[in-house]
Amino acid sequence: MPKIPEIKKVLMLGSGPIVIGQAAEFDYAGTQACRALKEEGIEVVLLNSNPATIMTDKDIADRVYIEPLTLEVVEQLIKKEKPDSVLPTQGGQAGLNLAMELEEAGFLKENNVRLIGTTALTIKKAEDRELFKETMEKIGEPVAPSDIVEDVESGLRIAAQIGYPVVLRPAYTLGGSGGGIAENPEQCREILENGLRLSRVGQVLVERCIAGWKEIEYEVMRDGAGNVITVCNMENIDPVGVHTGDSIVVAPSQTLGDKEYQMLRSSALNIITELGITGGCNVQYALNPTSFEYCVIEVNPRVSRSSALASKATGYPIAKVAAKIALGYTLDEIKNAVTKKTYASFEPMLDYCVVKMPRLPFDKFISAKRTLGTQMKATGEVMSICTNFEGALMKAIRSLEQHVDCLRSYDFTALDERALLKQLAQVDDRRIWVIAEALRRGISYQTIYDITKIDPWFVDKIQILVDMEDALEKGPLTAELLKEAKRLEFPDNVIARLTGIPETEIRGMRHENGIRAAYKMVDTCAAEFAAETPYYYSCFDGENEAEETHDRKKVLVLGSGPIRIGQGIEFDFCSVHSTWAFSNEGYETIIVNNNPETVSTDFDIADKLYFEPLTPEDVESIVDIEKPDGAVVQFGGQTAIKLTESLMKMGVPILGTAAEDVDAAEDRELFDEILEKCRIPRPAGHTVFTAEEAKRAANELGYPVLVRPSYVLGGQGMQICINDHDIDEFIGIINQIAQDHPILVDKYVVGKEIEVDAVCDGEDILIPGIMEHIERTGIHSGDSISVYPAPSIGPDIEAVLVDYTEKLARALHVKGMINIQFIVAGKDVYIIEVNPRSSRTVPYISKVTGIPIVPLATQVICGHTLKELGYQPGLQKKADYIAIKMPVFSFEKIRGADISLGPEMKSTGECLGIAKTFNEALYKAFEGAGIKLPKHRNMIISVRREEQEDVVEIARRFQNVGYKIFATRGTARTLNAHGVKALTIRKVEQESPNILDLILGHEIDLVIDIPHQGAEHSHDGFVIRRNAIETGVHVLTSLDTAGALATSLENRAKELTLIDIATVKNV
Amino acid sequence: MKAFLILEDGTVFEGRRIGSAREVISEIVFNTSMTGYLEVLTDPSYAGQAVVMTYPLIGNYGICYEDMESERPWPDGYIVRELSRTPSNFRSVDTIQNFLETYDIPGICGIDTRALTKILREKGTMNGMITTKRYEDLADPIARMNAYRVKGVVKATSCREKSVLHPAASFEKPVKRVALLDLGAKRNIARSLAERGCEVTIYPCDTPAEEILGSRPDGIMLSNGPGDPKENVEIIREIRKLYESDVPIFAICLGHQLMALATGADTFKLKYGHRGGNHPVKDLETGRVYISSQNHGYAVDMESLDPKVAEPAFINVNDGTNEGLRYLGKRIFTVQYHPEACPGPRDSAYLFDRFIRMMGGE
Repeated sequence: MPKIPEIKKVLMLGSGPIVIGQAAEFDYAGTQACRALKEEGIEVVLLNSNPATIMTDKDIADRVYIEPLTLEVVEQLIKKEKPDSVLPTQGGQAGLNLAMELEEAGFLKENNVRLIGTTALTIKKAEDRELFKETMEKIGEPVAPSDIVEDVESGLRIAAQIGYPVVLRPAYTLGGSGGGIAENPEQCREILENGLRLSRVGQVLVERCIAGWKEIEYEVMRDGAGNVITVCNMENIDPVGVHTGDSIVVAPSQTLGDKEYQMLRSSALNIITELGITGGCNVQYALNPTSFEYCVIEVNPRVSRSSALASKATGYPIAKVAAKIALGYTLDEIKNAVTKKTYASFEPMLDYCVVKMPRLPFDKFISAKRTLGTQMKATGEVMSICTNFEGALMKAIRSLEQHVDCLRSYDFTALDERALLKQLAQVDDRRIWVIAEALRRGISYQTIYDITKIDPWFVDKIQILVDMEDALEKGPLTAELLKEAKRLEFPDNVIARLTGIPETEIRGMRHENGIRAAYKMVDTCAAEFAAETPYYYSCFDGENEAEETHDRKKVLVLGSGPIRIGQGIEFDFCSVHSTWAFSNEGYETIIVNNNPETVSTDFDIADKLYFEPLTPEDVESIVDIEKPDGAVVQFGGQTAIKLTESLMKMGVPILGTAAEDVDAAEDRELFDEILEKCRIPRPAGHTVFTAEEAKRAANELGYPVLVRPSYVLGGQGMQICINDHDIDEFIGIINQIAQDHPILVDKYVVGKEIEVDAVCDGEDILIPGIMEHIERTGIHSGDSISVYPAPSIGPDIEAVLVDYTEKLARALHVKGMINIQFIVAGKDVYIIEVNPRSSRTVPYISKVTGIPIVPLATQVICGHTLKELGYQPGLQKKADYIAIKMPVFSFEKIRGADISLGPEMKSTGECLGIAKTFNEALYKAFEGAGIKLPKHRNMIISVRREEQEDVVEIARRFQNVGYKIFATRGTARTLNAHGVKALTIRKVEQESPNILDLILGHEIDLVIDIPHQGAEHSHDGFVIRRNAIETGVHVLTSLDTAGALATSLENRAKELTLIDIATVKNV
Repeated sequence: MKAFLILEDGTVFEGRRIGSAREVISEIVFNTSMTGYLEVLTDPSYAGQAVVMTYPLIGNYGICYEDMESERPWPDGYIVRELSRTPSNFRSVDTIQNFLETYDIPGICGIDTRALTKILREKGTMNGMITTKRYEDLADPIARMNAYRVKGVVKATSCREKSVLHPAASFEKPVKRVALLDLGAKRNIARSLAERGCEVTIYPCDTPAEEILGSRPDGIMLSNGPGDPKENVEIIREIRKLYESDVPIFAICLGHQLMALATGADTFKLKYGHRGGNHPVKDLETGRVYISSQNHGYAVDMESLDPKVAEPAFINVNDGTNEGLRYLGKRIFTVQYHPEACPGPRDSAYLFDRFIRMMGGE
């Protein structure tokens, strides 16, 4: 069936800010889909509030709107752009929900717009619990006994009927928000109360608990003619009970026989057929490990995180094929872009094993529970490919960048056997390490299986790795043993540690014996057909297929690894744009990365893709084969920067800013020298190594001070300390995270925080714009609301900022990107931090200024000058728009995480508000971040004594927009004394009704709670903030943010002006 | 123990022995299925061939005897990258290592099966030798490999005696009576018919047509089987007689090829065949595409079809080769692929229903 001719202009819905459960995978899918649509001559209108995405580039879509993903906006946009169709299946749950709202409002019909890629009925059948159950029953597909409830009491009754434990799943939430397993009525009540509120439709499914069954997923496709295929199946190593996003997943399934594999495959195809899906779909199963009994857990009628993983695991571009199907094509008409010989109707066959591991944020949220359950907690993931499972697991572990590189990286040797068995029962992110320790103690597979329900096949693989550790430790290291260790993907440094032989000798021994990494192709067809696409993974037990090419200059682009707090999708944006720019400059491009969710690991972004860990050894093996002319590290965040020194040692020239200058920016003493030479002030500070030295430095500087490790990202381990006690506590934490580098102690200066990104060609400097944070210093730049152009900076300060930027860029011999953060305190300007690389703000500032910063920086790196490229150096003229970047958090997902903002970054994503006026931009930014107020017009204020005076004006403004204010005693007294009416509420430990009851009563819109600085966070505040977050109440922990929100409420825009970013030009 | 795989072109792979230590020469073919290794091993169509599994991890879920597609494994040799040392599945009763030894099947593991597959893909299916002996001079083994031909395999794999498979227990009496000509049949063909209420009489491959027709079956099923279809001159002659009767006929794989040869068409050897569970076939009548289980080294030459006798009903979406024929003026249809699956997708099981309708059943 050919393309439907009536489809000419399509509105694509993106997924909005990155939150846990909805991450970069939708940028990957959306970008691929946009390109597929454009390939077909379709005009693409894109709506996504997330400015860090590649899909929101004017190269990707024809019309780009970075606006809030609300019904109001999308309706207005449809009226403005008049698309004939809407494609909602590439934008995650956010896109799908929005499409449902549009449909339910009757808007699509009224405006003659068709929904493509799905139908409202399909979405309902898959997403509405009751309808889903009915549909499954109709086609005889089993679901776990369950019932849908809309109130707590019926929930408890149903749970009692089904029998505890029960699983509770709120309808229409993403990443399983608000769900959980309840073992008893008390837990059931707690989860129900929360879940009912989080569900868009106020429904929660109460279901028989099938925890412990195998969790299996199928990715299936269907076209409009009814043809169906399976792209991939996957097996979760963690059994049912752990969200698939938090599970270690292997593709294809390993412990299923053909009978089981085909049984579930047929079931998945029946389901996609019955649901009438045209495009991709993910079906999750629970499979009884001791019979053929199975249950359908869930169906996602759209591209998903799993489909991104399946695409990368197989080479089959699900999003692209889904987009073409939406246009009317059938699977047998769509060419397989990898083989160029087969068609999209060919099921991929793997001749390797893929392992995915989640990147969990427990290094960021030290107070959070590490337990994994049905609520997803991972911010990102890594994928690895190898010819054997053990190797794939070892590669995945070291790709995580969490200071783990083997099964000894977490030490459980101190636990006695009882404690170890107890630890084994803990379902958390360190479980495979615990299993390894259990195996070392000789605990049987059966015991481990009984406790963990992890299939003995996987336990055996861990045993093989443990045996290898032992063999290496015992020695002697023969060539044969080394070869086997490498086949299992033991990195040289781990072998060195275990054998006591220096790493360089290990490497020498490998080379002498011809033990080198070979590269194999991911070709979708297990070598049955010759593939055209150079997408490689390494192994140590085969011949090399990667051809060394040498017709053009060759650049190695190092990616940024898994998405984590502090290093997000922005760096993928930069890597991809840099790759494209190098390609335009005539380079052959090679990307190395290990993140399956990203655009950079799509098979047709670079000339060659190596899906590999980003460690020095893994990169060196690629360098040995490819012999690149240079590597670029400034676009891949801290992950790439950390490889600079190793690349130099391998003899790979670093393109752009030289390695020693990168080092100078990171090394405190070298940097201080440069600042002194340039006469640029920075907050006074010292470099120390021990807690004693730190306390001495702090007392000399005077508290408060900022304490942080050098070489960190996202302010990891950074804290404000107000006394010696804080220092002791924080140094302890820092030492857990990074031991190798010194610790910096700086005077904490209060002021405005300013951020600048610039491009320097070695001579001239281009500054696209100056951004100002709404929150004062002390809150991480990634967590601050950032405004462009800086609203409160006068020409004199601006001149100083430009001058400092130019001086620093020159002093550091920057070629390419530089990012600088300043503090402006009165007339004084201080430097806080310089990053000789691309930063988090680059995508946002590029889009709002219309200056293609990354391509420009890349061209500069290639030897062009800014003037030659047609740019006037210096600070560019301000754009006609105000653009406000708003951080977005995922606090409700991480139980026990402290949400108060500080120097350590905690946000997972961002959205943009862009408008002609500040107020409208601010309104859009809050809307985009999902802060849709007012609702009940009740709020709670609780601030520390020092700020009680400051809060009065803000409280008054909230009162003026109609808010009823509750406040803790001290705050209430101050407010009332200043004529703001505030009702006093009791503290947590006092009798009911107290502040907690008020929050749990669901009538509160907002809590303003300013915690104390330093380690002495009151327990009360913590409890209040957690409870508020978990009941869906917005919490602000900075008065500046509260002020901004008040401004937004005071200036509610009636009609929004929608701005097509693609038309924003550099003036 | 070390083992070697030597190819006709002189390529040598060094690995470790699995199964029997016997030296064997055979035709080397690859299969891309990710599951179903036992079904592959016990598929009689592999008689005379040694099979390479492209999926690297084999034996993960052990051996479950009830999944065998015939009473024993047929390949001359088995070539894998890695055999799992600890199989895990609730139905598993044995290990694949043990299974290969029990049935004296020689094999090799620990080799780069992808590199091997690429050679077979580029140069075409070729003969090879699995041995534990290190040959300094390859001239002799290569000469022996060159001389090897797959021969007499249909006779070797077919049953010796007629037998009857009764309809599944849920049927009180047979819906239809089917004569199955066993050319090296997989068990699931008869089972698929029995599950649909047929009483299936299984005949040895050399049964005269008269005997089959004399039993007055409602329909005749021609099974899959190994080897070069043209070798079966006598069977083809008998099938011609079946064609000329007006009994409905459904044929799979070798049966499909033999029916084509019996009606004047020709077959040819594919460069490296289709073996796996992922090939798309297109129903030319409806345009629908089905993912099929495949195992064939030969195909019917569509050019050679007499348009008055038969027309293509299915083609392979990837390479356009014939995957099924509809015989004009006859209640006969034949497919190159495997609706009985095992291993592989069950998407084409509906063809058995079609056959039953063709016989006048529901």
